[in-house]
Amino acid sequence: MQPLLNSLPETVFTTKVDDLLNWGRASSQWYMLFGLACCAIELMQTGGPRADVDRFGCVPRATPRQSDLMIVAGTLTYKMAKRTKLLYDQMPDPKYVISMGSCANCGGLFQLAYSVCKGVDKIIPVDVYVPGCPPRPEALTEGLMRIQEKMMRERWLVRQPAAAEAPVGA
Amino acid sequence: MEAKEIYGKLEGKFAGKVSGFQGDVMDPNLRVDPQAVVEVCRYLRDEPDLKFEILSDLTGLDLPKENKIQVVYHIYSYSHRHQIVLKVDLPRENPQLSTMEGVWKVANWLEREAFDLFGIVFEGHTDLRRILLPEDWVGHPLRKDYVEQEEYDGISTQRAPLVEKLLR
Repeated sequence: MQPLLNSLPETVFTTKVDDLLNWGRASSQWYMLFGLACCAIELMQTGGPRADVDRFGCVPRATPRQSDLMIVAGTLTYKMAKRTKLLYDQMPDPKYVISMGSCANCGGLFQLAYSVCKGVDKIIPVDVYVPGCPPRPEALTEGLMRIQEKMMRERWLVRQPAAAEAPVGA
Repeated sequence: MEAKEIYGKLEGKFAGKVSGFQGDVMDPNLRVDPQAVVEVCRYLRDEPDLKFEILSDLTGLDLPKENKIQVVYHIYSYSHRHQIVLKVDLPRENPQLSTMEGVWKVANWLEREAFDLFGIVFEGHTDLRRILLPEDWVGHPLRKDYVEQEEYDGISTQRAPLVEKLLR
């Protein structure tokens, strides 16, 4: 991450407005507490002292209204899928989704079960898929880095109204 | 008390309504007539020698070859530390049984589960709704002839084929 270009020593630096905005956004990804199954244990570890995603400004929020990022951690059932969609809709734009673990990616081990949704991308659009069963905290941190990269590429001043932003399967 | 003695006691009290005792298995079990199951259970709970205080588990079994649905009660006595399994056979087309709520209150949720997954209707139940699946679910998924719907509430239930790719 190198957003602040042409820094003059001491007091003055010049940068692009987009880069400054994105630097602020990428350095404060607040993720929603959303553990559905065993992946949630690894999610807690990722927030714990060893992996410590706090150092990237990644802090858990207990409400979708304060969240930028949803980490879907665990097996998604159809009963929960409707709630997931509701929570996603309550998050303010711009919002991002990480699908964590095999179950959230495609149903995983439980995809032959009658009650399990075959991937969270059938409900809401997903930005980053983290494979694993469950993924280690390092893998989830990598996922967060990918979200940061994606945020840094976005442009706000010359933003074109995106046509194809409708959620998948909505 | 041994399972054999429990069965003997029941046979004396409810002649013709209990049968099919199996003693040399892990969980000794017996068959009970569907009409008599509530009074048999009330007797098992109240009799001082038996004193089955708790219904540990209530579950269903779908047996399409024998064209019946079985309801299985696992009951246990804390006082005497003995247990027994009761089985009730019901017709597969229209499985109906009296509720056990009046004997053991815990039956309320267990019967809701059996209703949810097997479609067994418990008559006299105070709140017979689905307990695990969403209320608008179609079918009872632990029945052997259950067919998965193509979509649930607009969400596709289709999955990518797993094995075909590996076989090729």
